[in-house]
Amino acid sequence: MAQSHRLSDGGRIDREQPLGFTFNGKSYQGYAGDTLASALLANGVMLVGRSFKYHRPRGILSAGVEETNAPVQLETGPRTEPNLPATEIELYDGLSAASVNCWPSVEIDAMEVNDLLSRLMPAAFYYKTFMWPARFWMSYEKAIRQAAGLGTTPVHRDPDRYDKMHLHCDVLVAGGGPAGLAAALAAGRTGARVVIAEQQAEFGGALLGERDEIDGAPAIEWVAAALAELAAMPEVRLLPRTTVFGYYDHNFVALLEHRGDTVGTRKRLWKVRVKQTVLATGAIERPLVFADNDRPGIMLAGAARTYANRFAVTPGRRAVIFTNNDDAYRTALDLKAAGVEVACVVDLRGDPDGDLPDRADAQGIEVLGGWAVTAVHGRKRVNAVEVMALDASGEAVDGEPRRIDCDLVCVSGGWNPTLHLFSQSGGRARFDAARSLFVPGDSMQAECSVGAANGTFGLASCLTEGHEAGAAAAAGAGRRRSQKRISVPRVAETVEGAWRNLWVVPGKHPVGRRAKHFVDLHNDVTAADIQLSAREGYESVEHTKRYTTLGMGPDQGKTSNIAGLAILARERGADIPDVGTTTFRPPYTPVTFGALAGRDIGPLADPVRRTPMHHWHERAGAVFEDVGQWKRPRYYHRPSETMGDAVDRECLAARNSVAILDASTLGKIDIQGPDAAELLNRVYTNAWDALAVDRCRYGLMLGEDGMVMDDGVTARLGENRYLMTTTTGNAARVMGWLEEWLQTEWPELKVHLTSVTEQWATVTLSGPHARRLLGAFTTDIDLDAKAFPFMSLRQGTVAGIPARVFRISFTGESSFEINVPAGYGLALWTALMGAGEKYGITPYGTEAMHVLRAEKGFIIVGQETDGTVTPVDLGMDWVLSKKKDFIGKRSLDRADCQRLDRKQLVGLLTEDPNSVLPEGAQIVSELRDKPPMPMIGHVTSSYFSANLGRSIALALVKDGRARQGQTVHVPLDDRTPRAVIADPAFYDPEGDRLHG
Amino acid sequence: MLLISCPWCGARDETEFSCGGEAHIARPADPNALSDAEWADYLFMRKNTRGPYLERWVHTAGCRRWFNVARDTVTNEITAVYKMGAKPPRARAKASRRKR
Amino acid sequence: MADPFQWQSPLAHLGLAARSNREGDPGDAGVHLSERPARTQVNLRGDSADDAFNEAVTMVLGVGLPARPNTTAAGEGVTVLWLGPDEWLVVAAPDVDRLAALETALAGHGAAVTEVSESRAVIGLTGANAREVLMKGCALDLHPRAFRAGRCAQTLLARAGVILHQTGNEPAYDIYVARSFADYLWTWLEDAAGEYGVRVTGADT
Repeated sequence: MAQSHRLSDGGRIDREQPLGFTFNGKSYQGYAGDTLASALLANGVMLVGRSFKYHRPRGILSAGVEETNAPVQLETGPRTEPNLPATEIELYDGLSAASVNCWPSVEIDAMEVNDLLSRLMPAAFYYKTFMWPARFWMSYEKAIRQAAGLGTTPVHRDPDRYDKMHLHCDVLVAGGGPAGLAAALAAGRTGARVVIAEQQAEFGGALLGERDEIDGAPAIEWVAAALAELAAMPEVRLLPRTTVFGYYDHNFVALLEHRGDTVGTRKRLWKVRVKQTVLATGAIERPLVFADNDRPGIMLAGAARTYANRFAVTPGRRAVIFTNNDDAYRTALDLKAAGVEVACVVDLRGDPDGDLPDRADAQGIEVLGGWAVTAVHGRKRVNAVEVMALDASGEAVDGEPRRIDCDLVCVSGGWNPTLHLFSQSGGRARFDAARSLFVPGDSMQAECSVGAANGTFGLASCLTEGHEAGAAAAAGAGRRRSQKRISVPRVAETVEGAWRNLWVVPGKHPVGRRAKHFVDLHNDVTAADIQLSAREGYESVEHTKRYTTLGMGPDQGKTSNIAGLAILARERGADIPDVGTTTFRPPYTPVTFGALAGRDIGPLADPVRRTPMHHWHERAGAVFEDVGQWKRPRYYHRPSETMGDAVDRECLAARNSVAILDASTLGKIDIQGPDAAELLNRVYTNAWDALAVDRCRYGLMLGEDGMVMDDGVTARLGENRYLMTTTTGNAARVMGWLEEWLQTEWPELKVHLTSVTEQWATVTLSGPHARRLLGAFTTDIDLDAKAFPFMSLRQGTVAGIPARVFRISFTGESSFEINVPAGYGLALWTALMGAGEKYGITPYGTEAMHVLRAEKGFIIVGQETDGTVTPVDLGMDWVLSKKKDFIGKRSLDRADCQRLDRKQLVGLLTEDPNSVLPEGAQIVSELRDKPPMPMIGHVTSSYFSANLGRSIALALVKDGRARQGQTVHVPLDDRTPRAVIADPAFYDPEGDRLHG
Repeated sequence: MLLISCPWCGARDETEFSCGGEAHIARPADPNALSDAEWADYLFMRKNTRGPYLERWVHTAGCRRWFNVARDTVTNEITAVYKMGAKPPRARAKASRRKR
Repeated sequence: MADPFQWQSPLAHLGLAARSNREGDPGDAGVHLSERPARTQVNLRGDSADDAFNEAVTMVLGVGLPARPNTTAAGEGVTVLWLGPDEWLVVAAPDVDRLAALETALAGHGAAVTEVSESRAVIGLTGANAREVLMKGCALDLHPRAFRAGRCAQTLLARAGVILHQTGNEPAYDIYVARSFADYLWTWLEDAAGEYGVRVTGADT
């Protein structure tokens, strides 16, 4: 397979390493060191895609990150990635890629009809046309998106691994071109911790594609020496293939490293906290806006010589150079040296007279000064251009057109400093009116722009500036200056003339007629579109951007920004800075979701908290429920049982024999100090002074707004020591809440808190046989109901393990809560299960626990409450102290809390005892044919109770306590059950059983 | 992401902290002496200033201490960090534009 | 009666000792992971400005409390980690007497002594790439210029709160993590360390 456009020698490719690849199903060969774009060009493939809106044929425009025309779909199957610019894909053996946005093929695209119809499709065409009727937008959108399809997202699970890494450094250098390397060297020599990131595989930036000399030798030798020196510095980290894509607050900078498929990690996200940043992000060449400036074969001038010099590829056989500046003459000279016929240089300036035009002249290259390209021939590949002389004003062309055959047009409109990161750092660009370009303004963070990114284009100045900035950054990060005096490398400076900015190149026809003048090639936005938007009153660039889609999408206006602003400004008769500059936002280039997720996927997506008995539950068939990050058994599944069967079985066991629950997840806070009781008095609604040692009390905690926040039982362990329990989900919140009050409002209280949630495994035995079962395991605790009454605690041993046993109950049964050091949790559980067999001991989960407590009318914070419910609403006035202040008390007196029609907790009994209401269902008192109906409340908890043989529900109903006995309706999708409002305590309302 | 200097642990990432809103709002000594409007002002109303703002933060994932931060809500610049009970530093120059 | 030897370490279910024996010599794995053996852990709170409190602690432990944030103090068989301006973690060989002695000595000093031995798992992390593994999930600056042996910090590692204690400059770290998060964190560490080669080492000292 001959590479028709490859030079026989030169370039930074390895001819010893040929690589096979396919593009749009056809096989080609390239070399190691190629990008997909350079390899395609080497094979004479210029046509690579179709444009976004008009489906015009498009060719490779650039050699870098600014590529607008060559987004490809890389690979297929689970590894596929859409919209990667071919210029940024490092070639590897077996690579397979395809054009996006064309069907059936890039050569014959059915949607090309859009180009013929384009007179009918001005800017905002879709918005204007498909907005009515609004309800059809959803179906329009689908078809439009398919027509404008930008590649396809993978549908399979990504087989690769991604990760993230935190890093701290003194100096981060973004960009590995000459200025960046100089900065890294200067900083590195002070011993500073330096990171230098370069988005390409190879360091060197522009030097890789130029024929410059440094210190009298090819510049690339200086690059190699610089890299060798940096690599030898222990505190310097070189990150090739790494894009600095985000600049955030306080010098937090995000990098994406492409590590390739061969290493364990495909991409790595670096999260870097930087002391001083040096932005050496280079510059991006501006295209010129002229008639049909999007034809394949039209390429940025800098890119054309990069292909020749770096990749040994000639992007065409016969070239026309079209420029407004001296730099493009380098392309003419380099292409000629590479054997490309240079037909002529078309220069918008009347009298180009810098060093470079002189050299071109000396080489016998024809220069047409004061001329312009006015037409492009060839649809899928340029075959000729027409050029005409400009009149004196530069606003129009004169005379007869001249036709010049060519297959390559190298254009240059000057260069724009890459300000994206500077802008992201909070800085505002400054307009350099003399040169018509934006340069970095004042720094808002500890950063500094150097080289082309700072509008400094000469190589000698770039090296000096980089060097000085690197040294200053290291000093700013607290490093002492290097003792060695280092000389900046010497470069012969070339004198270059000024640019001539003609934002829209005049032609035979007015803009918008016959030909298209593209500003944003990526989004198919033309000069005419921007003019239309200005005429329709979109005065700010931010409006124009949204109206025309200028600068949107993956390329983020890298090549279109300045021309768009200039055309808008001219249309409005304003100066460029007055139409505003768009703010660049992260990411600079697209970041794959895989890298953002890192290893927080699958089982590591979120921590799973497990109790010491977790694996026993697993083996016993537990179906788990997430409670916060905890896994709690919801019920224990037995073969042939439904969930309902299992819950019924567990509920019956708790009331008729003995049932066992893993309650280890409850929050536990050890409270110590002489003011412990005072703290409890302030944070709980009831009084704590009188609680005796070894006794327990229920407590309700309110927010300062008077709403229920948490509840739990607190026990007095000693004179100045209490143990507070909290709900599972609120453990951290309550601990934080108490600490907040102690530290910020009540520092005078002598009390310390320590979380002991994880210290103890908690096993609850509930049911008539609980006492007898436990009795077999303890000799030093008298379990008799009189010796060990309800709401008290004993410390002793259970099964030989030091234990705290509490007589508290959430089920309404006689119940013992046994706390042992967590490491013994499984041992205790297993022992109780073994000995309990003869009583039919039954492990129960959270679902049965919920049913059992609902039978008793006990609330669950977060189920019966939602942050708008007061203790009075819950009928819990009995827990509110009248004598003391507590957090939230004042709020209970607010008018809104005193309303008579507040929702109150009630029980609900459906007329049909087998009908279980859905939780959350709305309740109405007066049934109408169809909504709306006045809603008086909602169901908060609802279950089938096996113990009662019927369904039960708790609900919050307006003025509910006064409605006892009333029948209400619960309209559902398919039925409207009737229910009677009842007392929420359905079972043993006197509480005889729990005292037993 | 902010870099917040805990008065004890030093500079840590924002993810280790929680913000507790506006600082220097003392709980009234006798809530019952306040009218509903006054109580609502204490309970709900915050300045939410554009520019320099004094707020409370807690080093949740670290030493769990509360402290105060003077932060510019426009630039996110942190001009001071001081302990609970300490007086706020004199208001710095409005949204200073100097390098951090 | 339950067998008191049925006490289980937080990571007992992973069978790490057996794995360590099976995998044998750590060889050239870049990362070594272990579950550290049980220690008595006591959470201590008190006023560090109170001389009497400090003296009482020093008397019992044989080492003074580290006053500088995020540092540790080591004595004979005991290490004290700074957790907060009025909070420390005392880690010692399993020794019930020391806990009781501390409680007795500090009575009346406005201190709180709370046993938390069972609250946390301690994972040992060493090896040439140990620091890189931590960098994957911890935002602290762990460079030797910023964090050395003898330093400790409460911070986040992956999505779990941890106490990170650098025990050696090789580097070697002890990672204290709440017991319920131990399985998650171990899994995360093994996954993050995968690219360097992981060996599970026996729970030595």
